[in-house]
Amino acid sequence: MTTKFGRRAFLAGVAASTLPMPAIAQAAPVRIGLLTVKTGSLAEGGIQMEQGILTFLKQKNNTLAGRKVEFISADTGGSPAGAKTKAQELIERDKVDVILGPLAAFELLAISDYIAQQKTPMLSLAAAEDLTQRKPNPYFIRASATSAQAMQPLADYAAKEMKVKTAVLIAEDFAFGYEQMGGFHRVFEDDGGKVLKKIWVPLGTADNTPFIAQIGQCDVVCQGYAGSAPVKFMKQYADLGLKTPVIGGETAGDDALMKSFGDDAVGMINACPYTLDLANDANKRFVADFTKDYGNVPGFYAAGLYVNGQVVEAGLQKVNGDTSNKEAFVKQLRGVQLTDTPRGPVKFDDHGNVIGNIYIRRIEKQNGKLANKTVKTYENVSQFWTYDEKTFLSQPVYSRDYPPLKL
Amino acid sequence: MKRVGWAVALIVLAAVPLWVGGSFYVNIVSQILIAAIFALGLDILVGYAGLISLGHAGLFGIAAYTVAILLEHGFGHSVAIIAALGMTLATTMLFAVLALRTTGIGFIMITLALGQLLWGLGYRWIDLTHGDNGVSGTSRPMPFNISLDSADHFYYATLLIFVAVLIGMAILTGSAFGASLRGTRDQPRRMTALGFDVWTIRFIACVMSGLCSAVAGILFFYYNEFISPHALALSASAEVLLMVIAGGSGTLLGPVAGAALVVIMKSVMSAYIERWNFTLGAIFVLIVLFMPEGLVPGSRRLVRFLLAAAKTGRGAAPARSGG
Amino acid sequence: MSLWLVLTVNSIAFGGLLFLLSAGFSLIFGLMRIPNLTHGSFFMLGAYFGASFVIWGSAPFWLAAIIGAVLVALLGGLLERFVLRRLAGQNEAQVLVTLGVSFMIADLCLMEWSGDPISVEAPSPLQGVARFGGLIFPTYRIAIILLALIVAVALWALIDGTRLGAMIRAGVDDPQMARICGIRVSTLFTVVFCLGAGLAGFAGMIGSPILSIYPGLDSDMLPLALVVVILGGTGSLLGSLLGSFVVGFLYNFGQALLPELAYFVLFLPMVLILVMRPQGLFGRRAP
Repeated sequence: MTTKFGRRAFLAGVAASTLPMPAIAQAAPVRIGLLTVKTGSLAEGGIQMEQGILTFLKQKNNTLAGRKVEFISADTGGSPAGAKTKAQELIERDKVDVILGPLAAFELLAISDYIAQQKTPMLSLAAAEDLTQRKPNPYFIRASATSAQAMQPLADYAAKEMKVKTAVLIAEDFAFGYEQMGGFHRVFEDDGGKVLKKIWVPLGTADNTPFIAQIGQCDVVCQGYAGSAPVKFMKQYADLGLKTPVIGGETAGDDALMKSFGDDAVGMINACPYTLDLANDANKRFVADFTKDYGNVPGFYAAGLYVNGQVVEAGLQKVNGDTSNKEAFVKQLRGVQLTDTPRGPVKFDDHGNVIGNIYIRRIEKQNGKLANKTVKTYENVSQFWTYDEKTFLSQPVYSRDYPPLKL
Repeated sequence: MKRVGWAVALIVLAAVPLWVGGSFYVNIVSQILIAAIFALGLDILVGYAGLISLGHAGLFGIAAYTVAILLEHGFGHSVAIIAALGMTLATTMLFAVLALRTTGIGFIMITLALGQLLWGLGYRWIDLTHGDNGVSGTSRPMPFNISLDSADHFYYATLLIFVAVLIGMAILTGSAFGASLRGTRDQPRRMTALGFDVWTIRFIACVMSGLCSAVAGILFFYYNEFISPHALALSASAEVLLMVIAGGSGTLLGPVAGAALVVIMKSVMSAYIERWNFTLGAIFVLIVLFMPEGLVPGSRRLVRFLLAAAKTGRGAAPARSGG
Repeated sequence: MSLWLVLTVNSIAFGGLLFLLSAGFSLIFGLMRIPNLTHGSFFMLGAYFGASFVIWGSAPFWLAAIIGAVLVALLGGLLERFVLRRLAGQNEAQVLVTLGVSFMIADLCLMEWSGDPISVEAPSPLQGVARFGGLIFPTYRIAIILLALIVAVALWALIDGTRLGAMIRAGVDDPQMARICGIRVSTLFTVVFCLGAGLAGFAGMIGSPILSIYPGLDSDMLPLALVVVILGGTGSLLGSLLGSFVVGFLYNFGQALLPELAYFVLFLPMVLILVMRPQGLFGRRAP
């Protein structure tokens, strides 16, 4: 069950729950805005995003770097126009110091120019590659991953550890799908594998069977479904009696989906910047508090926002709580380096994108329930994988036809 | 009385940047006006021609995309805007020819299908439209060398266009053409018997409706400086239809009221009411139960009722019309 | 070879599911001329109710599906009796209210069941695959085909063989005359609306092992139901049946073979048929 928070209700609740303030002059509160989606088909990830950041703020007693936090959550409705309106609301009406979110790449693209104009730092999970590559935005920071960042190591794992030679790729027909599969495609072929086919499924397809039926013979199937679609896909895949192993990206095996999967998902290998079973202090505390408050385990979206909170706190500490100089604030944010986060160590490259660990996990059944078990960790993974940055950027962005199939 | 009402409204609207409380709210009013232009255009068909369309977002979208793509390829604003109007008109005429072969539910379904075709194009023709990533714009036009970048300036430009559209609607619906259009809605067979070319009348109505949608689409693109296939989805067509019906179809102010209702709920109230979608749905249901003809006609009815009750309450005053 | 077979089986199965969904819409629209845009919500709600009984009530699959359908039928009846009945003939108001109710139901479902997709297992004897002469068939999909045919036959028997059916047919052909003949058209309307809603709810649960249940299911299914009913012709059961299979085939084959034109493949034929024959394949010209 989601916790119901109206904006006013949240602020009132927070006021009631904080410890009494020491009697020294308090600086003005730092305002953090969240752009998320709480209605419609993206709601699942969006609600988790809010839960993740709320868990963080609660642990910090709503105070970061000595300043009280005023948190404002805005529902964009999952549309670009909605994202623009809510971004304007947060910046012009609520005068936030930093924005977390939005969720979807198309929302991010709609507001990117506006955010840069308004010089408001923004930390988003949206995976659109070019925003930290060929069309960089100096006010944008991404602590999660680009679309391909986890897929590139996955391809390496598939080629070198699973020792598979041929792959068929299947993903939804939009930018996130193209970019994921593009990353996998390039690294897999550079490691000696061969991609036989790329199947694109229209967004929102209820029944994937006609597309799964085209997969044909191969050593491994790589899927890039997002949201709730991986659940349908695995079920429909099993219904067709297919036995080829399936591997996927960060959204395909999200820990939060484990309770929705059927037994058909057992054995799926997936790569994610976050993993529930990471045994460090930050993650233990995060998972314990999250599960207590919300009754579910956190997944990639919740963890991503929690880490964003940590980055904001670190940035605030570096500027001594002074957010009035926006250029300085964003520079410090981009210079943050953390070691104890739910996803492990975090630092940023020159484009504002994270360099961190990518965890390869396998879905297993433990005590009658499904869970991910980490089988390999790739450390210090950047958005460019092992390629030279300049070469990488000189090539076109991953798209439907790039890299092209070698027939 | 009526003229005073209009004048007051105009003054209030013109002064919006002064009293509404910040650029965020000025932008909200701009959004309401853009939605109102779109809804007014749809109302020509729904309210006056009696043809319900579920594909209008496609026409809106084609205008926006044309501007976006031409700007991206280096053309100037004037060229882009004229091309957008032309493109939308051509598409509207094609749609009208196909859809006017039937009326009623057939018309609804064909327009739905045509809208979906355009939406599919927006998603699939990636080389042209970038698919779901959409197309960004970087500048707004500068009529008479006045910049439209600020919220206030853009608002005034939008307001001028809105007033022009409203006046155009008033003239259209008050004219002989407007009367014959309503005739084709109420009594198509009689109109044919009387010698009117019902098909052509409806066709012209479609074209006018498409033109309004084009204007709204162009403004929408310049406002957001972004367009993506979301704006052409079935839900967008349904939303503008709801604005028209909830506000009161077949009236001049109905679509405007409906636009205000939906935009305010979505963009402003959603900050205060978590379940704003539910609330909006409930409002629609209540409107249907208590004011099925729409907010504007229903409110008029309510005001008349209250005035009449006040009059009879004061004793046997002779009933007077007008005032 | 096996790709064609898989696609064919899937087309027929999906068509069967669509028939269960759209038969109700066709009846409601054919009889009462109400464009019931809440129909997708009924489908989704039936699925959520049924899934709740299975997962939290440990009820057997078929029983849960029937109880879910009954609950949705009741809800439909309330909607018809207290809201839609006052709006006879007012298409716009009907569109507004049915869409409004669908918003409300969608948000309520989100509140109650959250945004996470719910997975329902097919009943155990029907899971997995069946093998016939070297070919593999997903068992549950075959079951759906059979179920759809049984329901189709049952509905046909109802409409053509019973007094209720005769009254429905009379009401579809000419409501005024039906009233004059003493048929209690108002009660009939409520009964048919309940039946239509219940069928949709039942379809939702039946489809859930394939589609799963998630926010947005209602708006994914509604356009398909509309396409079926328009293609097949409103008020005609045979039309709905054939329309469902046509759409099932278009959806599966079109999307698989021509993914570039995925949306075109579904809607272009619809436009062409509507342009050439506006009443659909089996419908009657509106009076």
